[in-house]
Amino acid sequence: MSTPTPHQTASKKEPLVEVLNVSKRFGGVPSLTGVSLTVFSGSVHSLVGENGAGKSTLGKLISGVLTPDEGEIRIDGRTVAMRSPRDALSHGVVTIAQELAIVPGLSAAENVFLGVEPRRGWAIRRGALRAKYLELAERLNFQIAPDALAGSLSTAGQQQVEIMRALARQARLVIMDEPTAALSGAEVIALHGIIRSLAAEGKSVLLISHFLSEVLDLSDTITTLRDGRLVRTIPASEATENSLIEGMLGRSLDAAFPEKNPRSPRGRVVLSIKNLVAPKVSGVSFDLHEGEILGLAGLVGAGRSELARAIYQDARNQSGDVDMGGESLTSRSPTTPLRRGLALIPESRKEMGLFLGRSLKENVSISSLASISRYGWISPSAERREVSRLMARVAVKGAHPSMPASSLSGGNQQKLLFARTMMCAPRVLLADEPTRGVDVGSKRAIYDILVEFANSGMGVVVISSELEEVLGLAHRVLVMRSGTVVRELTDEDMNQKMILEAAFAGTLTNGVAK
Amino acid sequence: MTNQQSSTPLLEVDDGRHPHGYLSSVTRHLTSWRTAGIFIPFLTLFVVLSIASQPFLHTTNLLNILDQQASTLVIAAAGTLVLVSGGIDLSVGATYGLASVIAGQMAETHSPWVAIGVGLIVGLGIGLINGLIVAIFKINALVTTLAMSFVISGVATKVTSGNLIVLTSRAGFARFSNSTFLGVQSAVWWMVIVVVILALLLSRTTYGRYIVASGGNAEAARLAGVRVNMVRIGAYVLSGGAAGLAGIIDTSRVLSAEASAGGSALAFTVLAGIVVGGTSISGGEGSVWRTTIGVLFIALIGNGFDLLGIDPLYQQIVLGVILLIAVGLDVWARQRGR
Repeated sequence: MSTPTPHQTASKKEPLVEVLNVSKRFGGVPSLTGVSLTVFSGSVHSLVGENGAGKSTLGKLISGVLTPDEGEIRIDGRTVAMRSPRDALSHGVVTIAQELAIVPGLSAAENVFLGVEPRRGWAIRRGALRAKYLELAERLNFQIAPDALAGSLSTAGQQQVEIMRALARQARLVIMDEPTAALSGAEVIALHGIIRSLAAEGKSVLLISHFLSEVLDLSDTITTLRDGRLVRTIPASEATENSLIEGMLGRSLDAAFPEKNPRSPRGRVVLSIKNLVAPKVSGVSFDLHEGEILGLAGLVGAGRSELARAIYQDARNQSGDVDMGGESLTSRSPTTPLRRGLALIPESRKEMGLFLGRSLKENVSISSLASISRYGWISPSAERREVSRLMARVAVKGAHPSMPASSLSGGNQQKLLFARTMMCAPRVLLADEPTRGVDVGSKRAIYDILVEFANSGMGVVVISSELEEVLGLAHRVLVMRSGTVVRELTDEDMNQKMILEAAFAGTLTNGVAK
Repeated sequence: MTNQQSSTPLLEVDDGRHPHGYLSSVTRHLTSWRTAGIFIPFLTLFVVLSIASQPFLHTTNLLNILDQQASTLVIAAAGTLVLVSGGIDLSVGATYGLASVIAGQMAETHSPWVAIGVGLIVGLGIGLINGLIVAIFKINALVTTLAMSFVISGVATKVTSGNLIVLTSRAGFARFSNSTFLGVQSAVWWMVIVVVILALLLSRTTYGRYIVASGGNAEAARLAGVRVNMVRIGAYVLSGGAAGLAGIIDTSRVLSAEASAGGSALAFTVLAGIVVGGTSISGGEGSVWRTTIGVLFIALIGNGFDLLGIDPLYQQIVLGVILLIAVGLDVWARQRGR
């Protein structure tokens, strides 16, 4: 199974973690396929790639959160089977995730030594705890008082607490997943200093980041992933921003998409957004036309899903105008938008879309019970007929309407949401990541449904982190960054490079002193 | 639309050639176990008691059980809706007590229908308050209804000054529960009507669907256009109204009322019946008719212990163990179902 990699001799540093040919699938959908890499001690190794390229999955495999389906992981040259983050910790691997895992009600010092407190019998030795904390904080030049309540610290402060916690556990490899995404400029520079000093101490850092300049600036080695496969691993000195972007893209559009009308339809406006402001959305305006598929591209966190939720009248505080066919939507819940013909397929079908334990029938009909009931009394035969018809239309074959939704594959679960949408017969559909976690066959079927919707005169907004998908489906693309639309692309401007440039611009120089 | 053949092994279940494939048989088993899980023990116990105890199978004994359980069944039927909608109502015992004493006091001075009407309004009103607090202010349902039960009990004690209300000469009010129709007391008939209505409401109407959806996945229900808050408030209103009706039924049945009647013991008996009936404690799954069997199952255990002359102490232990088994099965089913 394993094929030993030749030891690289470019550096005198020792290999700490070796990943050999690992693969990981989720529900049959490959997330990583045959990836190998070596992290050397005392080095900063970065992972770059598009959303969904498998960076975080790889990080989770190395930190024991996930176990590989195939391949092996070696630490210090010995094969290890890590089943939990605790196992990984015993090998010196610690993760600092995007969502920080501090206990807000405990002090900084207590957080750092949580579970490894110096104790005498059952009692925690408070003096020793404090002394050890101060020693560690001084070594790293951190300014957080030992008694400071962790919950009261800034994000950067909490991150420092996590870094200290990692070191208090004798971590040798610290995995950081998008550590600077939530930090301000000065905090970013401080964190960069910390990462460098960790490497200087002989620790290794595995950095997962969208910010290419940061990656280029900090790393010794950069690994590029695309679609769960390794593109290349090169020394940072040989990489440029352009070469990294090339590596992250690098695939031609195949025939996975249905034919689309090449010209952007400019028919009647079915949805008009004016200066929409909501959490993570700062002033978005656009029109959607009859029969148009509008792509909404951008990085994760750019505010695309939040925009969709705001249009669907589902944001906590929002202002601005959402106009459908001359009528303004001003409700405080999604019930009215649905009645007016605006449907949403949410980004996470399990958490926000489906009732997994309930039958297919109930899942499909929930938004349009009025059409199959009289005086609130559901007609079982009408429901069965309607649901069977719709399931055939979205190509979920052979499944019985009374089977639970949990028994379907991811792709068919997603189609169930499309069947629900069809039953509402909306004029506008907002589809948020419509093919996330969906197998290839179902993907094509979903594309066909989207195109059919548009051909029947609906306006469709497709939000997707897969650029090919946006380009393959959309007549027009809006690129979002930090809550606003930064670029509108049509016709020949619609290509991956233009989208990526617009999506990454500004973040390319995130906080790095030039 | 595509006509492509599904080719990946993942799609096996909806491949058409295996309509009764492995997955669907597992899931059919899962949907039926909740029914079997209560029905088989109930039947077994029924048969065992019929054999072990001569008086058990007598119509009088069986009708007596139903008569005694009428109020519990009414509350449990509505409580099922609350649990399925993702909430819990621990205030039903106290509401039962308050409606009892208010209906009792009204019956002394007013016509029976006024007494019944006021008792019901008290119950519905408490339900509305519970619903508003839980849905609008987002305060944990368990804490809200527990706190409310203290408030309501306090009010009930205040209303009666702690005294027992005895209705001796109120024949009109007594008829509400004590008439007989086809040889069965009217209390039982009221219970049957409420149970049937609520069972149909949950299983056959759009409102029932919305209850299930709100409890199964509130976020998904909201995005699918369900007014989750309104649905939940409605369930609490029904629960409060049912507790009020139950209080009236029992006050009319025994012609006395007391603020301390019901209380937390009743609330827990109701909850035990619902859970033993296989309704999920975490919402999104449950049925009124299974709750009925669950409540009766617990009642049969009590009746059997009495008839067989076993120390009532063991009854509690047995009930506790049964509850743990019921909840354990629910957790097991959920983990399987995912």
